[in-house]
Amino acid sequence: MLELKNITKIFNPDTINEKVALNDVSLTLNDGDFVTVIGGNGAGKSTLLNAIAGTYPVDEGQIIIDDQDITRLPEHKRAKFIGRVFQDPMTGTAADMWIEENMSLALNRGKPRGFSWAIQESDRKAFKKMLMRLDLGLEERLSTKVGLLSGGQRQAITLLMASMNSPKLFLLDEHTAALDPKTAAKVLSITRELVEEHQLTTLMITHNMQDAIDNGNRLIMMNAGKIILDISGEEKKKLTVETLLQAFKETSGAAFASDRALLS
Amino acid sequence: MNFLEMLMQYGNTLPGAAAQGLIWGIMAIGVYITFKILDLADLTVDGSMVTGMAVCAMLMAAGWNVWPAMGIATLAGMACGLITGLFHTLMGIPAILAGILTQLILWSVNLKIMGKANQALPARSFKVLISQLEKYHALVVLALFCIALVVVLYWFFGTKFGSAMRATGCNEKMARAQGINTDFHKMIGLTLSNGVVALSGALMAQYSGKADINDGRGAIVIGLAAVIIGEALISKLPKNFIVRLSGVIVGGIVYYLVYQTVVFLGLDTDLLKMLSALVVAVFLAVPYLKKRYFTKAKRKEEGNHA
Repeated sequence: MLELKNITKIFNPDTINEKVALNDVSLTLNDGDFVTVIGGNGAGKSTLLNAIAGTYPVDEGQIIIDDQDITRLPEHKRAKFIGRVFQDPMTGTAADMWIEENMSLALNRGKPRGFSWAIQESDRKAFKKMLMRLDLGLEERLSTKVGLLSGGQRQAITLLMASMNSPKLFLLDEHTAALDPKTAAKVLSITRELVEEHQLTTLMITHNMQDAIDNGNRLIMMNAGKIILDISGEEKKKLTVETLLQAFKETSGAAFASDRALLS
Repeated sequence: MNFLEMLMQYGNTLPGAAAQGLIWGIMAIGVYITFKILDLADLTVDGSMVTGMAVCAMLMAAGWNVWPAMGIATLAGMACGLITGLFHTLMGIPAILAGILTQLILWSVNLKIMGKANQALPARSFKVLISQLEKYHALVVLALFCIALVVVLYWFFGTKFGSAMRATGCNEKMARAQGINTDFHKMIGLTLSNGVVALSGALMAQYSGKADINDGRGAIVIGLAAVIIGEALISKLPKNFIVRLSGVIVGGIVYYLVYQTVVFLGLDTDLLKMLSALVVAVFLAVPYLKKRYFTKAKRKEEGNHA
């Protein structure tokens, strides 16, 4: 499915601010894998997702989706294979456009955008049905500007949009981090439903160790641009926050450096 | 001269002012596409408007029919926008600077097109579409142009392609995540915008009976003024796209009526450009100042009530 071969990404090379964000990272995801990603601040989690999505080119290595090498493909062309949700709820939707307009933009992801009318009546029906499952009352507000919605509502819509047309890869970059605990739990449960329904191969970054343990079939931990822990199957089910922290200490030789992860 | 005579004289200037206002309204629609939809400040327009005037005037002077002359003028304007688009997207030059560079290029190009600083296009010798000699006729023709333009753009921005362009201007990161080639859409938007601007230039050359290298100076400011006035005018109306675009055109008319009135009242015309710029500066500052000062005041008030 997804194959990362020896990916390296260095920011500000040859300067005093040089930062090796990804250091020779290799990772293979199988079809239907739901992988949670944890790690301290600056461990390279977001860089990993952005490198896969094509936000910036990588310095070395190969990114392969379903036997197709996408390393050199620009971001907007990779979008055909990839659904994304960002940490900031403002990022995933266009604030000045209506709910239905945003959803139709996602519906046409990876398709040629010609001069036919953007939204058909049949689309509208489909959008309503999708919004209904969110149980947020949004199905009656198709022509509301997304900018008027709350962060949780926007994130829920972004999730729907990202999962449309069942992308090959579902990338979630701390998408519950900016929400209050109750909304975060709701958004996380919507995430689980969508992943289940569309059988999405998923990479989900989270700062919440418990969430990382409770969700998905595989967990990876990153530190200093490397994957230092990769646990799946039965072994993952037995994990606790304490054993994770212990494992981190053993492999990296330091304490887990994220206040948020410890507090939450 | 008594007051009544003066009033009549003033009244006589209004149809002409309205006609010119409509032309500036069309021009402002071009500015609206870049400034409001794509969120880019494009200074190409000062040059591309004159390109439209020059191409139309020269072709007609060479004996061309008015329609193909206007068509070529529009295409020439689109080429101007494309240059700015390439500077911006392909070469990574900030949009505002890319526009300034193209504007300067066009100064030379426009001089070369005309071979001199201006070209006369007298309505008596040429079959122009509109002319200041027949103001009411011009008003009707221009109004039809405006309606056609609004309808075409309403359709365009409702299509999948047009929606992608709106998304590009609204949230670039989101647009790319949805598979939209944002660079391409910016380039097309700039092309489209400058095509509209050049069309208004072609109309202006016919109406005023001349094309002059200096005519485009400050066009961007007038365009912005019309956009801003238009927004203020429709603030209480339901905001669908037709209303917004119509607002911009009416904004152009209001701008030019005010302009005409100030001129009529005897203001030194040397000061007009300065005044236009200051008015635009104030209006552009309003949203910022509101955010900065009035929200605080409001909070304080709420606090006092509590």
